[in-house]
Amino acid sequence: MERLPTTTSFDDLQIWAHELRDCLGVAHIVYHTGNIKGEQVGAFTYDIEWVRRYIERDFAQYDPVVLGAIRRFTPMDWKTLDWSAPQARQLMREAAAAGVGNQGWSVPIWGPAGEFAVFTVNHNASDAEWQTFIGHRAKDILLISHLVHQQAKRILNSETEAATAELSPREKEALIQLSQGQSRAAVADTLHISENTLRAYIDSARHKLGAMNVKHAVALALARGIIVPRGALPKY
Amino acid sequence: MIRFLYADQLHQFPALEDSMFCDRAAQFRERHNWDVAVDERGWERDEYDELNPLYLIWEDANGRHAGSMRALPTTGRTMVNEHFLDITGGVRIVSPLIWECTRFCLAPGASPLVAGGLLLGCLEAAMRFGVQQAVGVFDARMPRIYGRIGHSPDVIGTSDDDRGAISVGIWTVSEEIRRIVSTRSGVPVELMARWFDASFHAGGGLEMVAAA
Repeated sequence: MERLPTTTSFDDLQIWAHELRDCLGVAHIVYHTGNIKGEQVGAFTYDIEWVRRYIERDFAQYDPVVLGAIRRFTPMDWKTLDWSAPQARQLMREAAAAGVGNQGWSVPIWGPAGEFAVFTVNHNASDAEWQTFIGHRAKDILLISHLVHQQAKRILNSETEAATAELSPREKEALIQLSQGQSRAAVADTLHISENTLRAYIDSARHKLGAMNVKHAVALALARGIIVPRGALPKY
Repeated sequence: MIRFLYADQLHQFPALEDSMFCDRAAQFRERHNWDVAVDERGWERDEYDELNPLYLIWEDANGRHAGSMRALPTTGRTMVNEHFLDITGGVRIVSPLIWECTRFCLAPGASPLVAGGLLLGCLEAAMRFGVQQAVGVFDARMPRIYGRIGHSPDVIGTSDDDRGAISVGIWTVSEEIRRIVSTRSGVPVELMARWFDASFHAGGGLEMVAAA
């Protein structure tokens, strides 16, 4: 995951997708956008011939994953989708022959500009194994899916750095205090909020910064000058 | 039982849909005296009902609404971020790990099971999908009800202007909280899991294809 923010091209993101696949120990990782700026882009571990065929045959218009994702915001287990249409069954048969696993978990991603993408983790597993895996990983997958999307947009816009996140004074204050090594309990106390509220504030800041976790969020906010540690000398 | 239904699925259950929006009018306009719009059908609907939210609806034995709530991702448009930033200290709550749950509604005379069941349903869905917290907008009188069912939100703040006493609060999702709410509400965790699966299984034939 540490390497994700350093990717600068879709080729690079493609390599990262393979690393993530190995890290999660699954068969495939797939990320693809709907149209952003008239382009459809992605990063995947599927066989390139399969992806070509999928596009050539225009399988997207029958794909229950795509059809489901455009009407949902909650992650979808492939088993809960309707594969009964003949085209959908044909798609699944050909996918299986191309090495696509029998289990899938796809996260619809709706961006702030109304843009749309799907992130999928695919695997070969029994229903019971898959249920256990998703039970452990649902949160990570949700988190990763949005981070990949943020990174893909950065690559599309040729940004060398993430745009400055708009953090409210209270989010900045929370990050500053955390950067000084204060405990969450102490920070919540100073801000006169509960620890659960603090958690929501910090997680919002983390998301806006495109960070993987709180520590990373603090580091990014410091590096980009969004927060300045108290007692630091002014920079001229 | 609880059904988990997206807005675009509600038409499959017309009596449930009609009674939910009518009960919302009765609760929010008549009992809580909120400034909400009610249409010619007697339905209370707002702009967020247009965003294809996920509803959790307790359906009674007659196929009618006994209680409900509405969930949206905070990465999209939400009521809290668009109308109540003054209550959240100016913080826009935005994360894939946080949902917004609003329009918590109980039908007049709903069984005491319903409120707890709805919260349990929200916990079930959140845990299945990896969601960690929910931010809610509710009448300032509601925390008393939530407290009885073992899952009080942390109230971030309450408005005391012409919008009436409206609070914004945070619920946190955990296995422990789910156990407590299940015990207090009398709805077993396993039963809620079955209701969830019944709503989300299209009965779709993937196994059949895979086996072929």
